[in-house]
Amino acid sequence: MDAPIAKPPLDRLASRRGLRDRLGDSSLRWISALAAVGVITVIALIIYEVIDQARPSIRTFGISFVWHRTWNAVTDQYGALDFLVATLYVTGLAVLLAAPVAIAIGLYLSELAPGGVRGVVGSLVEMLAAIPSVVLGLWGILVLGPVVHNEFGPWLNDVLGWTPFFATRPISGSTMFTAVLVLAIMIVPITAAISRDLFLQVPPDIKEGAIGLGLTRWEMVRGVMLPYTRGGLISAVLLGAGRALGEAIAVTQVIGTTAHLTANLFETGDTLASRIAAQYQAAASNLQVASLFYLGVILLAISLIVNFAALLIVRRYDIAQRV
Amino acid sequence: MEASGVVPISLKSSGRSRRRQRTNYVAQGASVFAAFLAIGVLALVVISVLVRGLKAINLDLFTKNQVTFGETGGGIANGLVGTAIIVAIATAIALPVGIFAAIYVAEFAGSRASRVVRLALDVLNGVPSIVVGIFAYALLVVGSGYAAWKASVALAIVMLPLVARSTIEVLRLVSDSLRYGSYALGISKWRTVLFVVMPSAIGSIMTGATLAVARAAGETAPLLFTTSIFLPNQVVTDPSHAMAAVPLLILFDSESPDPSLNNQAWAAAFVLMFFVLVLSLSARYVLARRERKLRAR
Repeated sequence: MDAPIAKPPLDRLASRRGLRDRLGDSSLRWISALAAVGVITVIALIIYEVIDQARPSIRTFGISFVWHRTWNAVTDQYGALDFLVATLYVTGLAVLLAAPVAIAIGLYLSELAPGGVRGVVGSLVEMLAAIPSVVLGLWGILVLGPVVHNEFGPWLNDVLGWTPFFATRPISGSTMFTAVLVLAIMIVPITAAISRDLFLQVPPDIKEGAIGLGLTRWEMVRGVMLPYTRGGLISAVLLGAGRALGEAIAVTQVIGTTAHLTANLFETGDTLASRIAAQYQAAASNLQVASLFYLGVILLAISLIVNFAALLIVRRYDIAQRV
Repeated sequence: MEASGVVPISLKSSGRSRRRQRTNYVAQGASVFAAFLAIGVLALVVISVLVRGLKAINLDLFTKNQVTFGETGGGIANGLVGTAIIVAIATAIALPVGIFAAIYVAEFAGSRASRVVRLALDVLNGVPSIVVGIFAYALLVVGSGYAAWKASVALAIVMLPLVARSTIEVLRLVSDSLRYGSYALGISKWRTVLFVVMPSAIGSIMTGATLAVARAAGETAPLLFTTSIFLPNQVVTDPSHAMAAVPLLILFDSESPDPSLNNQAWAAAFVLMFFVLVLSLSARYVLARRERKLRAR
């Protein structure tokens, strides 16, 4: 006798929504999987294409390309040694110069600086990490170059001229020394920002424990914070090194782009990246273009090794921290 | 007779303790000194670029095009338009791919698949931008010539890992209780991802994308190989032609022997740096605030 309650068409609603949701779920899954596959394809394609373009040179010179010095467009003879050595030399020195300073900034910002300074200087450092490298190169060529030529050069040559590093006076502002300084300025902010974040992650209780045991602040830093963050610091430095290795533009602007196999920092030089940037438009023969790609293969291999090392260290360190 | 045998303990540090204190002061002093020295040098670089740029900047810079070598005056209007178009197309490519790849890693992939994709992103992030440049040159330019969209593809490859990695981080921060709450209401996965998870993360994702744009706007090496070294002297808006771009103008003007072109390089550097710094500083500020909020939830 009650009015029959209209039964809502639940089944139909459910099945319609079920279909839409099944479609929606699987299409979102596939679209996003496609994007992920796209990422993997891009990296695979980069590695394949660069090696493929280098093939004529790989076939002609083989692996000995790596330790041959000649780079002669007239006789079509090419070798990478000068650029490889210059890349490692300039990058190594820049990292050596930048790493301690960057870690000191990290310590200062996380431990020593008063609160107000921390925020201002911290964002200044992050700001510097965002400066485009071509702007740094512009500064390097027009401001730093003349200073190296006229002030640093003669002075360092007078004081340290007996070492192989400063054996002559620079004949212009474009030297490997200028490149080292520009690269160091480039990687200090990157490494400093990461090391500050690492130091801030050290749990306060172990720091307080160390202070509670009567350690001085420096002993606490050396005995607790540095060991705790060691893996992260090493990979922060390696990441900076990776940036410096592959930097083409700023280096091309200041290094003089003429290869020399010498320890003398006041000579011009040429790195793998700067040679590619400077020569690809002027490349005369197919073999020369292929050889430039071969330089690209070497550069890619080195930077992948450096980045992998950084990743591995971080991973090992993460696991060690969790245990 | 009470205290006669007791040696009063001195509270002043002496011997070993004094040495430890001294080491502490020296080390702290050295750290502060190094930090200040480095920050001073870095500030000097920025200030010298800003001062020289400000001196050289004028209205012509924004309204006039580059002049051919030997003439004086002119501006970088063609470069500004070129950079804007190239970076916009690059963003339009990198943003969807990066965000969807991140959704896959954070929402769908099993642990092994997610590790593979994240590894690929890390590797891609480590590829030097000049290698991206020669890659785009080999793949797209050889045989068919320079074009602005090819530069956009190269820049998109530089941006892709930045966008995807920051998006993965943000999606990880979104609390699982939000997802479970949505599932408990009978809402399907795709709706949960798109209409529950994404809205709470989209702000931070966009700030991550802004940082990537800031980075791409200043990249020079990928452009060098994809959009001509012989820059057109007029405004080009068709992305299938070669286009001028601000970083390239800075590069060529900086190596020019002509001091008026050097001045133009400073002015262009000022504009580029101003843009990049404003973009990245505001993005970082917003990001920090949002992350604090997300964590607090």
